[in-house]
Amino acid sequence: MDFSLSKEHEMVRTLFKEFAEKEVKPLAQEIDEQHRFPRETVDKMAKYGFMGIPVPKEYGGQGCDTLAYAMCVEELSKVCGTTGVIVSAHTSLCIDPILTFGSEEQKQKYVVPLAKGEKLGAFGLTEPGAGTDAQGQQTKAVLDGDEWVLNGSKCFITNGKEADVYVIFAVTGKVEKRGRIMKEISAFIVEKGTPGFTFGTKENKMGICASSTYELIFTDCRIPKENLLGQQGKGFNIAMHTLDGGRIGIASQALGLAEGALETTINYVKERKQFGKAIGQFQNTQFQLADMATKVEAAKLLVYKAARKKDEYKKDPKVSYSVEAAMAKLCAAEVAMEVTTKCVQLHGGYGYIKEYDVERMMRDAKITEIYEGTSEVQRMVISAALLK
Amino acid sequence: MNMTPEAIAEYKGVYVFAQQVDHTVGSIAYELLGKARDLAAPLNTEVVAVLIGSGVKDLADSLAEYGADKVIVVDDPELKEYRTEPYAHALASVINKYKPEIMLVGATAIGRDLGPTVSARVATGLTADCTVLEIGDFPLVPIPGKENEQLHNQLLMTRPAFGGNTIATIACPYNRPQMATVRPGVMQKIEPKKGAKAVVEEFNPGFTPNNRYVTIKEVVKAVKDTVDIMDAKILVSGGRGVGSPENFKLLEDLAEAIGGTVSCSRAVVDAGWKPKDLQVGQTGKTVRPNVYFAIGISGAIQHVAGMEESDIIIAINKDEDAPIFDVADYGVVGDLNKILPQLTEQVKAARAAKKN
Amino acid sequence: MKVVVCIKQVPDTKGGVSFNPDGTLNRAAMLAIMNPDDKAGLEAALRLKDQYGAEVTVLTMGLPKAADVLREALAMGADKAVLVTDRVLGGADTWATSTTIAGALRNLEYDLIITGRQAIDGDTAQVGPQIAEHLGLPVISYAQDIKVEGDKVIVERLYDDRYHVLEAQMPCLITALAELNEPRYMTPGGIFDAVNAEITTWGRADLKDVEDGNLGLNGSPTKIAKASDKVRKGAGEKVTPDSPDEAVSYIIGKLDEKHVI
Repeated sequence: MDFSLSKEHEMVRTLFKEFAEKEVKPLAQEIDEQHRFPRETVDKMAKYGFMGIPVPKEYGGQGCDTLAYAMCVEELSKVCGTTGVIVSAHTSLCIDPILTFGSEEQKQKYVVPLAKGEKLGAFGLTEPGAGTDAQGQQTKAVLDGDEWVLNGSKCFITNGKEADVYVIFAVTGKVEKRGRIMKEISAFIVEKGTPGFTFGTKENKMGICASSTYELIFTDCRIPKENLLGQQGKGFNIAMHTLDGGRIGIASQALGLAEGALETTINYVKERKQFGKAIGQFQNTQFQLADMATKVEAAKLLVYKAARKKDEYKKDPKVSYSVEAAMAKLCAAEVAMEVTTKCVQLHGGYGYIKEYDVERMMRDAKITEIYEGTSEVQRMVISAALLK
Repeated sequence: MNMTPEAIAEYKGVYVFAQQVDHTVGSIAYELLGKARDLAAPLNTEVVAVLIGSGVKDLADSLAEYGADKVIVVDDPELKEYRTEPYAHALASVINKYKPEIMLVGATAIGRDLGPTVSARVATGLTADCTVLEIGDFPLVPIPGKENEQLHNQLLMTRPAFGGNTIATIACPYNRPQMATVRPGVMQKIEPKKGAKAVVEEFNPGFTPNNRYVTIKEVVKAVKDTVDIMDAKILVSGGRGVGSPENFKLLEDLAEAIGGTVSCSRAVVDAGWKPKDLQVGQTGKTVRPNVYFAIGISGAIQHVAGMEESDIIIAINKDEDAPIFDVADYGVVGDLNKILPQLTEQVKAARAAKKN
Repeated sequence: MKVVVCIKQVPDTKGGVSFNPDGTLNRAAMLAIMNPDDKAGLEAALRLKDQYGAEVTVLTMGLPKAADVLREALAMGADKAVLVTDRVLGGADTWATSTTIAGALRNLEYDLIITGRQAIDGDTAQVGPQIAEHLGLPVISYAQDIKVEGDKVIVERLYDDRYHVLEAQMPCLITALAELNEPRYMTPGGIFDAVNAEITTWGRADLKDVEDGNLGLNGSPTKIAKASDKVRKGAGEKVTPDSPDEAVSYIIGKLDEKHVI
């Protein structure tokens, strides 16, 4: 058990922190209010390799590990939850499945520009009638000659209209499994601009407002046969595997939001005076800070452990990090919600006003308990492992 | 690298590099002459100005008015515009020939290039950006049992370091000349003696261009539309607490009413509200106006380092714990938005009343 | 084309200055960073690498932990790093420092040497020009723009009220201002490589054409007579008026008393 960070992780932390403070923080409030996707930040992150941190160098990435990637999402999210999820969805949900399940041609064609940040990635699994229950999928793909024809729609898609490359799941048939007829699901790579691929409504969200969340619509959308990702019928496995990794990204985002709110609040309670003294001198404030810091630290250890476990998996595919990722996301998301809510309370009336960062952080935190598997789903994953 | 006491004894006189640009002697030259007079008195020696340029001999008398006993003029066409090499050759040659005990150079963009080059060439120490110069002993207190090793009549050079957080007093006991660069605006000029004539000595060491001569392809003079804050008698200085670039209007109004100039803190420059040449502080300019208004300035140590020598400091800040109150002569805890407009009106009224 | 950039590790004096309970500066608590002017010099060199494929070597003199700034420079894109460290070099003033660095530079090939104008701990601006003097190179200080044309550099050299466009024959030495550019960030992959990169380490014996008498504390012509934390002027009056009217009357009273108005 070694809890100290290596030299390279200390250095990447310094880098991400400096970048977040200088490039991301000044925009956070503005893009939230305007519901504007921070394209300029994505371009800068691309320039410095942030869009391909855990990707091998031969595929245009930085050749770093999952922990460095998690720290990037964490530091970005400390100052802007939206920027954190842009990187997370791009890296964990789009690059990772292509890198893991794609053919060499697919990796060269898609991973290289994605990792360099020349292209942005997204992931489409959720449908209006199928969220947690992946079997509820309605989108269909039918092979017609050398092309797959996609019909259906996906909703709540992060990086929705801004992405260039989409990993999309669709029903390709029916299979019998233990006497039950189940949908056969397959994964595909779809490029923006493909005829028949259009965007529906932009979601007007509570938080992560600058993130581009759209409905994707496929109407006789024809994609080349070779854009099938992995084997036909393995889509459910690919989705579940991808979400395991995605949960580390979202856990890092939640962790960053909690840390950011706590840091802001610590500064605030030192300055804000009531009854002639700084509110940080009141025991109620002190005890709340102590509880929050303890929970944040616990969440951090779980998140870093899950990232480490994923790195072990990369060396030895027999290792599973599914439970660690679920625990990290469950804990970090709930800590983020609790901590940001308490931080708003410690700010009093100012905490409810948009000029103060904790207001936005609390709204941003809520989604971490919902997307890429709700907290309830995480409990199912963890308990299933306990009871098997 | 130490010189022998005999060699050191040959060095006499307090010399000043009299910086001129475009045939105009900089204020810094007069300030250095003022200080040189102070230093020459206990040493019982002369004050010499070194004037380097092309066609500059006629400037010598003004140097005499500000305290030079003698002016050494190095005049050569190669010296028309400042360039490191011919100027370093000129000054180093003067030092080698005349052997000054002390050589003062302004800590300007020219002096901070010339000083180090010359000090390396003549193999002596250089202390940069001095704020206090005095004659004293080294070590300051004799080492017990080594009282006879204490040196007297040394130049003690005091300068800030670590961003103004520490000060150090430096001596150059075993080498000559003792060289220092001095920040503009720190030393006091003497009252000029009108009509004073300089004893002029011309000296030309010869200039042969070599690889170290650079070519000036273009001279671009920056158009300055702002008043130099170092010359202002009253500064109305704003910090981040002013709130917005628009809100600086309140400070500009006060400055206009009281006959002052607006300056600012580093935070304001970093935020892009005001240009860098209005910045007071360690990384900006050192100012010592008669009155310094610090408005919405918290008083970071780097800022204080650049303004604490002001005669009167008046601070307005809504945070009663702001460190600016630790250096202010008069501190007012309050809202600048409410105080400034009224203050401006009353200053106008008071000045109008005085006129009548 | 070969460029050597001289960089220094300094305590970050901006913002987070920390004091011990006895009022002295707590250097241990202050973050060690790459000196800002030096970082601008490094960025200028890296742009020459981007444009002309220049090879960039970074060199620092300091304690062994100064290797941290070399690794930072490597993570930003520098090709090679040299650390000059030796106990006999300690306590050096600018003369002894420039002598040491010149002794190290004599072992390297270079067309251009770039240093920062000054370090934020000492603020002297002396080491760059002094290195040039020791090596007999042309020096251009206060550079705000650098271009290369053939075997010449074209530099905008800033003065108080103007700038000169200067042309110098390479090899030459340039001192860079922090205002010169916006230094790039490290990259995550650059960091992972830099941590394992080899850093050339030189001691006294590796310095070329340098006499012992010109090194370290003993080789420093300037001696510290006294060093202390700055004694600040004491606080004057502080009032908390009940109304703006009262505040204005107070200030007007003082201005009148001091004959300002």
